[in-house]
Amino acid sequence: MAPLLVESAASGAQVLFLGDNFSRLLGGLGTSLAISGLALLIGLPLGILLGSLRIVDNWVLRGILRVYLEFFRIVPTLVVLFLFYYILPREMGIQIDGKTIAVIAFALWVAAEISDVVRSGLISVPDHQIETGKALGMSGFQLLWYVRLPQSINLMIPAVLNLATRVVKTTSLLLLISVIDVVTVGQQIMETNRMAHPDAAFWVYGFIFLLYFIVCWPLSMIAKALEKRAKERNRD
Amino acid sequence: MTDASTPLLRVTDVCKSYGEHEVLKNVSFSVAKGEVLVLLGPSGSGKSTLIRCLNGLEDIQSGSIEFEGNTISGRKEKDWRELRTRIGMVFQSYDLFPNLTVAQNICLGPLKVQKRDRHEVEQQMNSLLDEVQLSEYRNSYPRELSGGQKQRIAIVRALAMNPDVMLFDEVTASLDPEMVREVLELMLGLARQKMTMIVVTHEMEFARRVADNVLFLENGVVVEQQTGEEFFDCPSTERAQAFLHSMSPIDSVD
Ligand SMILES: Nc1ncnc2c1ncn2[C@@H]1O[C@H](COP(=O)(O)OP(=O)(O)OP(=O)(O)O)[C@@H](O)[C@H]1O
Ligand SMILES: [Mg+2]
Repeated sequence: MAPLLVESAASGAQVLFLGDNFSRLLGGLGTSLAISGLALLIGLPLGILLGSLRIVDNWVLRGILRVYLEFFRIVPTLVVLFLFYYILPREMGIQIDGKTIAVIAFALWVAAEISDVVRSGLISVPDHQIETGKALGMSGFQLLWYVRLPQSINLMIPAVLNLATRVVKTTSLLLLISVIDVVTVGQQIMETNRMAHPDAAFWVYGFIFLLYFIVCWPLSMIAKALEKRAKERNRD
Repeated sequence: MTDASTPLLRVTDVCKSYGEHEVLKNVSFSVAKGEVLVLLGPSGSGKSTLIRCLNGLEDIQSGSIEFEGNTISGRKEKDWRELRTRIGMVFQSYDLFPNLTVAQNICLGPLKVQKRDRHEVEQQMNSLLDEVQLSEYRNSYPRELSGGQKQRIAIVRALAMNPDVMLFDEVTASLDPEMVREVLELMLGLARQKMTMIVVTHEMEFARRVADNVLFLENGVVVEQQTGEEFFDCPSTERAQAFLHSMSPIDSVD
């Protein structure tokens, strides 16, 4: 009994190293990370811009940006992906590959979330700091650049890192729009080894779990540490 | 367009209200170049509001504010921005930028707003810091300074813009007593150098020494307006007498 278990466990784990399975899984993870990274790279500056515009004294603009944020808050990310992958290209008659769609959809989502992070950071800067800047003759942009952003960046960074982990995790939805991410690769491996190694699922998902953990855990640890530091710093 | 007889600042019939609440009622006065005007009045009389109107942080409902003979009230924010570089303001709560060093705090306005030459600005900063004996704190952050030191740096920061007039709103009110003196002495020094100043303060001894003229406000109305000596030695209204009495040190109350 015992030797049999050990043997089957070993054979299940073998699946990970069969052929080029291992490098394919890492490749899948690479795709997820590349898409997350690009989405953050585009979404961050866009979100900072939108967040800054959300404190401008113009209710029409603020309203539009608010609706934009709520759209991404309310609609499940999966639906957003489907919308971009199946519906929009068909309606507009253009064909874009899944990865590009994913980057665009995630970037817009990131921008929406970041805009809220940035906005609440910017308005957390005390009024008298803003008035001091005004009294020195600063323009709205100078106030943003020299007073508001530097004084709230400490608050924003942990939220941005938390969002980054959420983005990485959400890439697991990409298999649904035919992007070969790490979960897709895992499923392919399980398919091909269904007969030979029925317990492959345990090992493959276990390994994927480990991969996500290795990527996301440090991110959320750093976020926690920075959050603590921001609290201490803001005591002035 | 200015000759010697044009006051630097002229305020005429200024009314200011927050919604229904009238805070300033027909306030008029003028300040000549080199003059020190002290604003006195009980809490809530509108002193801070008035001083904030003078650099456009609050808008006014009627009346006019003239700077060197030009009407500045009712102007666009952009014009005010230009003007604020010539009107220095120091608040009660020092308000140094906590993310910047002392030197960066002082140079930010001159460099980024006035776009002056860095070398020249730094020279000016060094001599200003020397004057207030805070040179060694050039690279310190505000959190490393005492309240009195912060407030003196805030004054230096405003001075580094080379303003034509300085507005002070109770700049010693949140300081520990032992730090009040160093700040008041700095302001007395400025007055001796003929800086035009409008000063809100609750330090009566200081007010008496620094004031060329006094404006006494109550409930947004100018109750009394005269020279410092007259005001402190023989206030003409009962209200001002009562105010001075209420502000006098305990030991001189019978
Ligand atoms: N932003 C505001 N909104 C509404 N009312 C205000 C506002 N700021 C001041 N006030 C009111 O205006 C009046 C004058 O206030 P102000 O701060 O100018 O008085 P002050 O003379 O400076 O008093 P203190 O000596 O306590 O500083 C007060 O009744 C105050 O409640
Ligand atoms: Mg006040």
